[in-house]
Amino acid sequence: MCGIVGLFLKKEDLRPKLGDMLTDMLITMTDRGPDSAGIAIYGADAGGHKITVQSDSPASDFAGLDVALGEALGTPVAMKQADTHAVLTVAEDALKPAVAFLEARGLRIMGVGEAMEIYKETGLPRDVAARFNLRAMGGSHGIGHTRMATESAVTTLGAHPFSTDADQCLVHNGSLSNHNTMRRILSEKGFAPKTENDTEVAACYISSRIAEGANLGQALEGTLDDLDGFFTFVMGTKNGFGVVRDPIACKPAVMAETDDYVAFGSEYRAFANLPGIDTARVWEPEPATVYFWER
Amino acid sequence: MAATKQAVSDVQTLDMGQIELREVNATLQAAPSTNYTQFEILNTRGSHAIAVGLDAEIEVTVIGSTGYYCAGMNKLATVHVTGSVGPGVAENMMSGTVIVDGDASQYAGATAHGGLLVIKGNASSRCGISMKGIDIVVHGNIGHMSAFMAQSGNLVVLGDAGDALGDSLYEARLFVRGSVKSLGADCIEKDMRPEHIEILADLLTRAGADAKPEEFKRYGSARKLYHFNVDHADEY
Repeated sequence: MCGIVGLFLKKEDLRPKLGDMLTDMLITMTDRGPDSAGIAIYGADAGGHKITVQSDSPASDFAGLDVALGEALGTPVAMKQADTHAVLTVAEDALKPAVAFLEARGLRIMGVGEAMEIYKETGLPRDVAARFNLRAMGGSHGIGHTRMATESAVTTLGAHPFSTDADQCLVHNGSLSNHNTMRRILSEKGFAPKTENDTEVAACYISSRIAEGANLGQALEGTLDDLDGFFTFVMGTKNGFGVVRDPIACKPAVMAETDDYVAFGSEYRAFANLPGIDTARVWEPEPATVYFWER
Repeated sequence: MAATKQAVSDVQTLDMGQIELREVNATLQAAPSTNYTQFEILNTRGSHAIAVGLDAEIEVTVIGSTGYYCAGMNKLATVHVTGSVGPGVAENMMSGTVIVDGDASQYAGATAHGGLLVIKGNASSRCGISMKGIDIVVHGNIGHMSAFMAQSGNLVVLGDAGDALGDSLYEARLFVRGSVKSLGADCIEKDMRPEHIEILADLLTRAGADAKPEEFKRYGSARKLYHFNVDHADEY
């Protein structure tokens, strides 16, 4: 199964409530995925590049991490910590050495970007949301996932969203059948997946297409030709939000749009708390059809 | 003197903001032993399995939208949903009537043996899959793979049908007023004979549909897949 939620705000005034709204949607999808939960949130511009890292021993690994990274880079580094995750903000030219420094210390890089932060862990969505205090997070758009694992183990790195390039993230309901072939093709292109997970292969595929010059819509369109299997994908980029379903479209999807937002849910239940949902335009995305919004 | 059961005119309200789904369904299923014949369900918030397994001539109005399997396995009851329904509405219905004012998600009326399902909006993919005697009237469009392996009953569509309509069809009758994107294996257009006009006129009236039977085309099984023929191996 798996549950997907997404919310793309059209107006500024709802931004402080984004985390709160997404958390309600995420928890409602617990029945569809009680193994793990995750969220990618596009927050305020931090005046640099954010690196989200994860550690199983946050108390020891994160103590003094900002100072150590700052000394290595020769410039001060801002850090905020949320449970097993920390977000470090560095200047653009310091991004590569910073990532290398953090990986050398054994930290897992969950994602990088000017706006995007990623939080994901194993456990019930309610508990995962509470650990990171997702409700308090603001932002312009975000996507979330509740996982019922099929293709790879229940681990933090197997949870969604997957980020395989700056400010890009993907969540998936379904399973891919040609992910091993695609893994080889993408590795040759320099977009090698880091985990055994099939969804990460799809994320790498979309990132590779965007790197080749495709826009979000074109990259999602490409999944219909090149990926085999069942999928409903929801993709986030710095300025955009997109949805595509495979041609068979077994995996459920429903969308809602008002003047204030575009929302995605695996089920209508996820929308029940959204403002103005009773008068929203609600529809089911067509199979093999790309929908995307960019600001 | 034995007490005579009389229907009361009151509508019993079941508020899902106050009571659990199991209590809602248990109340509806116990209706034959009470005097209530009319119910309304509030605060559905897209919940699954609302008003399932009913087995009495009661009227249930569901205010709002529902999740999976609304009015599943219905027998005798009339269930009216004012919003939209999730996957599998009226799945395996035996008799009675289910009316949806909004849209229906995939496999509406799947495997149902009887009764009438009316969808006033659109139905998505696999509408009437493996239907076994139900009548389905969709005022809008239907999605791909509808009436897949449909065995008997009638599927009436006032709008358009998606890809692969009636794939591997048995003896269900399909009536479509608009366009059909493509026909599935062994599904063909057939002549509209007077008896079909009569069936369709009755269904349109019962479904409150403003359309003339003459505007529809009929599709049915070419019956070539009933027995294995090596020349048709590529159609399976």
